[in-house]
Amino acid sequence: MPLKGRIKVNEMYCKGCELCVNACPQHVLALAPDHITAKGYHPAVMITADCTGCGICSVVCPEAAITVFREKAGPTDRAA
Amino acid sequence: MAEYDVASETLVYERPDTLTEVSTHYCPGCTHGVAHRLIAEVLEEMGLKDKTIGVASVGCSVFSYNYFDFDFVQSPHGRAPAMATGIKRVLPDRTVFTYQGDGDMASIGMGEIVHAAARGENITVFFINNTNYGMTGGQMAPTTLPGQKTTSSPNGRDVESQGYPIRVAEMLSKLDGASYVVRRALNDPKNIRQAKKAIRTAFEVQQRGLGFSMIELLSICPTNWGMTPVAALQWLEEKMITYYPLGDYKVNPAVAEIKL
Amino acid sequence: MTREMMKGNEAVAEAAIRAGVTAYFGYPITPQTELLEYMAKRMPELGRAFVQAESELAAINMVYGAACTGQRIMSSSSSPGVSLMMEGVSYIAGTELPAVLIDVMRGGPGLGNIAPAQGDYNQIVHGGGHGEYHAIVLAPASIQESVDLTVMAFDLAEKYRSVVVVLTDGSIGQMMEPCELPPFKALKTEFPDWATTGADGRSKRILTSINLDPAAQEVTNFRLMRRWQEIQANEVRYKTYFMEDAKFAVTGFGSCGRLALSAVRAARAEGIPVGLIRPITISPFPTDLFEELSHKLEALLVVEMNNGQMLEDVLLATHDQIPVDFYGRMGGMVPFPDEVLDEIRRVAKGNLDTAGHPRDRWLQRMRAKNL
Repeated sequence: MPLKGRIKVNEMYCKGCELCVNACPQHVLALAPDHITAKGYHPAVMITADCTGCGICSVVCPEAAITVFREKAGPTDRAA
Repeated sequence: MAEYDVASETLVYERPDTLTEVSTHYCPGCTHGVAHRLIAEVLEEMGLKDKTIGVASVGCSVFSYNYFDFDFVQSPHGRAPAMATGIKRVLPDRTVFTYQGDGDMASIGMGEIVHAAARGENITVFFINNTNYGMTGGQMAPTTLPGQKTTSSPNGRDVESQGYPIRVAEMLSKLDGASYVVRRALNDPKNIRQAKKAIRTAFEVQQRGLGFSMIELLSICPTNWGMTPVAALQWLEEKMITYYPLGDYKVNPAVAEIKL
Repeated sequence: MTREMMKGNEAVAEAAIRAGVTAYFGYPITPQTELLEYMAKRMPELGRAFVQAESELAAINMVYGAACTGQRIMSSSSSPGVSLMMEGVSYIAGTELPAVLIDVMRGGPGLGNIAPAQGDYNQIVHGGGHGEYHAIVLAPASIQESVDLTVMAFDLAEKYRSVVVVLTDGSIGQMMEPCELPPFKALKTEFPDWATTGADGRSKRILTSINLDPAAQEVTNFRLMRRWQEIQANEVRYKTYFMEDAKFAVTGFGSCGRLALSAVRAARAEGIPVGLIRPITISPFPTDLFEELSHKLEALLVVEMNNGQMLEDVLLATHDQIPVDFYGRMGGMVPFPDEVLDEIRRVAKGNLDTAGHPRDRWLQRMRAKNL
């Protein structure tokens, strides 16, 4: 099983450009359809639990809006 | 610092402190943001931010000085390499870089960049090539492709009357004074990672006093190209990289020995 | 202190070096190229920065960058090159940085020639770059004065965060005279709190001349104007000769002031009660002095190597109190003291025609010389 990851998108910076949505290999991201930021953008949000914490979203994000976490491997887990 | 449970999670990535906590004025999807982020990451990783003086130019990036947490000066249009020369000559141990677009560097500033490179000024130059003049609304630039429509080439760039684009990296690489001249692109994770390596190399070149470094970064301009950011990435890959091939155009032997 | 025979351009360069100039950026242009060449040799000898830029445009921008670090920085040029620098000067002024510029004027407009002239008074004094700024402009009339004013230029530039121009001409640049050089000043080790030197141990600084918000720009504009008022109140300098009992006066700056002095001495030998006023700061202009003198004198003669530019400032200052006449040569022609003496005699005779503008009267008189 790949390790689980999660991301946090800072809505102060996200402009809903979708570059992360496009780049995510697990298709974990989409623009929130029912929610806008203070500037009126639909921010990117995780829509499934399949994030592996690969960080590719943070590599393509022009606003440095994304923080990426990955769970630590436990003693019996093996990274896939 | 991001909040997370240190016992069970690792922090894979967070926004560098070297970027200020300011939302940029750049359009959604504009890869100026990626370039800024990479520069901030590298300077932070190298521990250089307290010794860095950036030279902002005139274009969409005119306010870049608001987005980095280090000293910055503002240059007139095209003159950044001359200003950077002035700073570096009096403060040779500081890290000095310019950040310029198509108009600033390849048009009005062509004289200044050629001569800064020819003199081998120990500065680093970032050239953001998005084939148009973004700030003023998308006019033709020296980097606009043949046939490309812009607001001042509404029928597509006609090479007969409007000339051919300039390949700046290739041109500067012919100067003996240039030490490290490369072209990268910001259109996908692989290219962005390569760009970051090049940025690191360029600042190492400056740190070690090895001469003039320039990185041309192929970038998107979704607003003026009239596309979504994701579609713009496609256009960059299909059209720009063909005309402006990625690669290392000048790598002095001393630079080639740098192991990152 | 020993006096040495020095060429004007070289004396100015050495004076700047002794005043602690850290970097010089320039470009060759006659009649000031010797300044660049002198710096090319001396600055590296002293471990200081020298760059022959690719153009005057580049040179002034190198000055701009270096000035951001709070150091003493200088460039030099002559009329056509100075035109190229006007953009940079406006930016330097808008960013409120100290910088010294030596302008060795030559015949113009356009490419003109390499002979001495004073045709750039308007450009330099009344702002050749865009926007609202004033440079402090010093006008030496001898090599010694060039040396002294160059040193003063750096002090004034720093005191007021201002551009200071030392305005000379080809004759002063090229001639050789004995002069005493000042002692060496140490290079600066402490820098102002606005300088961008790398934000080590402090918060970041930005130096820019942009103010997108007009209200913010206006705050800067008013600050510049109040500073200019302070400069006008404190930094006016001039020299007067034979003025105690003078009924008439000649006025001119730089070389013209100097050659007019010869004419004034000759006129005095003929018994004409004439004196000379030689502004040393043409910006700020000695307005109060002229205003005062317009209550005492019977007439004023302005002499310049141009088409009557300081003339307008004299007219403004004397506002119709007394007749003002003008004598000028242009295009690199330098008047002989004899020409000025003829004019002094004419003015002293009285019954001056005061109809119209002094410039038009001068143009009319010059027809007699087929000019």
